[in-house]
Amino acid sequence: MVNIRRIGEEQRVRETSKDVAKGGAQQTPESNGMTVEDLSAFYGSFKAVTDVNMQIKRNKVTALIGPSGCGKSTYIRCLNRMHEVIPGAYAEGKVALDGQDIYAKGADPVNIRRRIGMVFQKPNPFSKSIYENVAWGAKINGYRGDMDELVERSLKQAALWDEVKDRLKESGYSLSGGQQQRLVIARTLAVEPEVILMDEPASALDPVSTQKIEDTMEDLKKKYTVVIVTHNMQQAARISDYTGFFYIENMGDPGRLWEFDETSKMFSNPDRKETEDYVTGRFG
Amino acid sequence: MSESQTEVATRGSGPGEPEDKTAFKNTSNNRNLTDKLFTVLVTAAAFFGIVVLAVLLVDVFRDGLPFVDGQFLTSLSSITPENAGVYGALVGSILLIVLTALITVPIGVGAAIYLEEYAGDNFFTRAVEVTISNLAAVPSIIYGILGLGLFVNGLIVPGMGPILLAGALTLSLLVLPVIIIATREALRAVPGSVREGGIALGATRWEVTRDHVLPSALPGALTGMILALSRALGETAPLIVVGAVTFATFAPPISPEALFGRYGALPIQIYDYIQRFRPEFKDELAPAGIVVMMVVLLLVNSVAIVLRNRWQARR
Repeated sequence: MVNIRRIGEEQRVRETSKDVAKGGAQQTPESNGMTVEDLSAFYGSFKAVTDVNMQIKRNKVTALIGPSGCGKSTYIRCLNRMHEVIPGAYAEGKVALDGQDIYAKGADPVNIRRRIGMVFQKPNPFSKSIYENVAWGAKINGYRGDMDELVERSLKQAALWDEVKDRLKESGYSLSGGQQQRLVIARTLAVEPEVILMDEPASALDPVSTQKIEDTMEDLKKKYTVVIVTHNMQQAARISDYTGFFYIENMGDPGRLWEFDETSKMFSNPDRKETEDYVTGRFG
Repeated sequence: MSESQTEVATRGSGPGEPEDKTAFKNTSNNRNLTDKLFTVLVTAAAFFGIVVLAVLLVDVFRDGLPFVDGQFLTSLSSITPENAGVYGALVGSILLIVLTALITVPIGVGAAIYLEEYAGDNFFTRAVEVTISNLAAVPSIIYGILGLGLFVNGLIVPGMGPILLAGALTLSLLVLPVIIIATREALRAVPGSVREGGIALGATRWEVTRDHVLPSALPGALTGMILALSRALGETAPLIVVGAVTFATFAPPISPEALFGRYGALPIQIYDYIQRFRPEFKDELAPAGIVVMMVVLLLVNSVAIVLRNRWQARR
C-alpha cells in the first residue's frame, strides 16, 4: 500500500480556515480531543481536500455536512488513517489525538485505528456469527477481560442486545440493514476506541433504524468523541454539538472546510452565505 | 399479448391522437419472442454439455466396467492380459496428484494473496499478471520439456533423474498458473468493505486476510484448484517427457521413499494398453483403465464439492 506522508510540507496557513477552526466556542486545550492542522488529502496527484483546520472536542458530536463530492468522506477517513488504505491516496498535515500527531513518524496506523474507530456508509458485517463479529476486533487487539461480558456490553451500547441476545450464534448477515449497522457500531465499541468516526451511518437505513442509531449516539457521546458525516440536515441539527460545512467554490477545486462552529450558530446565523444557503436547503 | 395490442391500437387511433405521436413504439411482442428464443438457445447449450458427459460416461462404463475387478485393480502391468492390472499406475497417479496439490496449493494461494491483497497496482504486478495468464495457456508438453531440463536432467541443480518428485514438480509448474488465477478471482470477489471494516478495527492486513478474506474466498478458490488438479491427473504428455514408466511392473511404495523412485501413471498406462499387439489389451484392459481413471477424477471432484459445501454451510 502506498503510505506516503509529507508532514508539514505545506506550512501555508489559510487565515480564514484558522479562524474558522476556533469557531465561536471557548478554546479547549489541544490535548483534549482531536486537533487537525492544515490537513490536505490526495488521490495520487488529485487534491481532494485542502487545508482543513479543526478542533474536535472530546465527548461532543461533531457533524460534517456539505454537498456531495466536497471531500467530507475523504476528510473523515484521514482522521484515523483509513484514507491511505486506498492505493495512491495519502494525506499531508497534522492530526493530533490528545496532543499526539497520528501522522508522526513511527506512529502505528494499526494502533491508531483501534483508538479511533470507524463506521462506514454501508453496513459491512463480517461473514461470521453475531458474537464473533463483536468479539473479533477485541480478540485480535489482545483483549484480556471477559469476552462474553464485553460482547453483551457492546451490543447493549449499540441498542442491539435485546434483538439478538437469543441468536448470537447466527450469521451477522441474517440481520436487517439497520441491525447490521448497529452490529458494526457494537463491533467498533468493543475495541474501546476514544473517538468514533461515522461516515453517513444512516444513509442506507429506514427512519426507524436511523432513529435507533441517533438515540445510541446520544449515549455514545458521554463516553466517546463522535464525528459524523451526514447528508441529513435535520440529523446534524438534532444530534451534533459542532458542525463543519465543507464546500467547493469552483468545479475541480479541492474541498475546503468552509465554516465550522457550534451547531446552534451554524443553523441559525452562520457567518458565510454559502453555509446559510446550504443549511436552509437552497442548494446541494 | 393481445391486450397490449388492443391498448396500443385504441391509443394510436384515438381521436386527435395520430399513431406517430406515441413516444414508444410497442415492440414487446417481438422482444418477448426474442427472449423466448434466447431462453431456448441457452438451455440447449447447457444440455449439450450434460448430454456429452452422459454419453461419455455411459460409453466408457459400458465398455470398461465389466473388466474392472479385484484382479485388475491389484495387479501390476504384465505382457499377458489375464495377469495385467493398473495397480502400479493407480498408486503412481494418486501419489502424483497428492504431491502436486501439496506443492501447488501453498505456493499458488500465497502468490494470489500477495498479488491481490498486498501488491499495489504497478508495472511489476501487471507484468506478473500477464506472465501468469500466458503461462496458463502454454501447452503441457512444453512444461514436460521444461521439467525434463530443470528437474530430471538438472539445469541449475544436479538432476534428480526420472523420479516421482520430478514428475510432481513438473505437474506443479503446469497447474500453478491456473491455481493462482482461480484464487485471485475468488479473492477479488470478496467485497472491499469487509477488508476496510477489519482494518478500521485496528487489525493488520494479514489478520483481515486470514480471518475474513480467505474464508470467504475459499469455496471459489477450491473449485479452481480442483479443476486444475483434475487436469493434472489426466495429463499424459509432460509425464512421458519427464520419464514416467509406460510399463508399470512395480508400484511405488506408500512411504516417503516413493518420492525418489520411478513411477507410472494411469493415462500413460492406458495409452500403453491401446498400442499393445494382443486385442484383449485394447478391447478390455484399456477401457477398464479409463473407468478407473474416471472414477478417481469424479472422486477428487466430489471431495472438493463436499468440502466447499461444508465450508459454505459453516458460515
